[in-house]
Amino acid sequence: MPIPRKLKRLAAAPRTPEVRIPKLTPKRFYGEGIPGVDEERLKGKLIVVEGADGSGRSTQIAQLVQWLEGSGHATVQVGLKRSTLVSEELEKAQNGNILSHTTLSLFYATDFADQVENIMLPALKAGFMVLADRYIYTLMARDLVRGMDEAWLKNLYGIALVPDAVFYLNITPEQLVQRNFAKNKALDYWESGMDLGLSRDMFDSFLKYQVLMAGQFTRLQATYGFDIVDADRSPDDINADLRRKIESVLAGR
Amino acid sequence: MMKTFAELGFPGRLIAVEGLDGSGKSTQIYLLKRWLELRGLKVFFSEWNSSELVKSATSKGKKMTLLTPTTFSLIHATDFADRYERQLVPLLRAGYLVLCDRFFFTAFARDVVRTCPPEWVRGLYSFAAQPDLTFFFRADLEVSLNRILDGRPELKYFEAGMDMGFSNDPYESFRIFQGRILEQYLAMSREFNFNVIDANETVETQQAIVRKLVADRINLPSFALQKA
Repeated sequence: MPIPRKLKRLAAAPRTPEVRIPKLTPKRFYGEGIPGVDEERLKGKLIVVEGADGSGRSTQIAQLVQWLEGSGHATVQVGLKRSTLVSEELEKAQNGNILSHTTLSLFYATDFADQVENIMLPALKAGFMVLADRYIYTLMARDLVRGMDEAWLKNLYGIALVPDAVFYLNITPEQLVQRNFAKNKALDYWESGMDLGLSRDMFDSFLKYQVLMAGQFTRLQATYGFDIVDADRSPDDINADLRRKIESVLAGR
Repeated sequence: MMKTFAELGFPGRLIAVEGLDGSGKSTQIYLLKRWLELRGLKVFFSEWNSSELVKSATSKGKKMTLLTPTTFSLIHATDFADRYERQLVPLLRAGYLVLCDRFFFTAFARDVVRTCPPEWVRGLYSFAAQPDLTFFFRADLEVSLNRILDGRPELKYFEAGMDMGFSNDPYESFRIFQGRILEQYLAMSREFNFNVIDANETVETQQAIVRKLVADRINLPSFALQKA
């Protein structure tokens, strides 16, 4: 009798070295996390790239996505101010400069939470690699520079997952200024910390602000342990470093 | 626990009312406001879930059922922070009597019923000081339910707690949801020094008690509007 199609043997998985199956590592939240989530079922990896505007995050992430996908991993990307729920309102609020700091903080946290629940968690459950363009560390650093309470921030961001890898692209404020001008020919109000009154001169303010931000990142690094990567190199060199680290993450080391 | 506005040295005083929807608290705070205004005092009234910017996000979220317990909680905290920092605090600095229809106790009760971790929710609001006087209007659950159902026969999705899966029937869901919120309120009443008012009493009886408490605890003449 001919073998029914259903019972024909399934093609064996090829033993190619190109597509490696990542080792499963447990996930957890920084705090009590989002209610009702079974951390055991989160199989993918969360990779975070941090750094100031102009540090080269988008370039690095784009290259990583290409490499990961080429290696057979599914990917998804998240970032600040991208949620369906509040990104529009957040944009409006920032342009208007009308919101107080705690409010702005909570707005960003809402935006973040929406992405955690609607994008990150489903993707991780499905075994995807999630690439985050900035994470809670930027949000915390911005708030700490503005004098917000650290304990309050830690509690707030207890809803965040602990990433599998965090890269902080480190570059001097002077270099950042140059790169920002090369990109946009203008400095962004918020990235220059103009609301802080550090200087009436935007250029001056930018430098001062970035120094303060770098200082906060150094402190956060001591608590959260991220990889500080020298970003004053060619994008390819930087990416090679990131890939090496990610490979160990995928291998479960 | 955070201090009250008085303890923090604010010239103003904040009075909050809490209770289930349909407990009559909004009527009572309205009457209190009228009494204070008619005495020529500096009064400001604020209610939960009222900041413009946040309203648009809330109604969008609610419409598209995009809201989860976490984002629901955060959006209300954002709304509160906006009102608190932009309106309440400056007015309290300027020596106003600020009346709030609902305060963070609503979040403590509601968000916990919606499964948010209690300490996390409390932590979110830790930037805010405690009211100087809090009234909790305790009505029988059935009385509250009937008042709402009489006035507005159609129950809103989130109001009925329909996303919580208590019941497929909105009315049953609402009953269960509100019942649990009531439990949370009762559990926190001592901790936060609620002045519990029997909301089954007549409107006038309740208001008399409220006015007496306010007059006893706050030096009202010091809040007179300055003559031009």
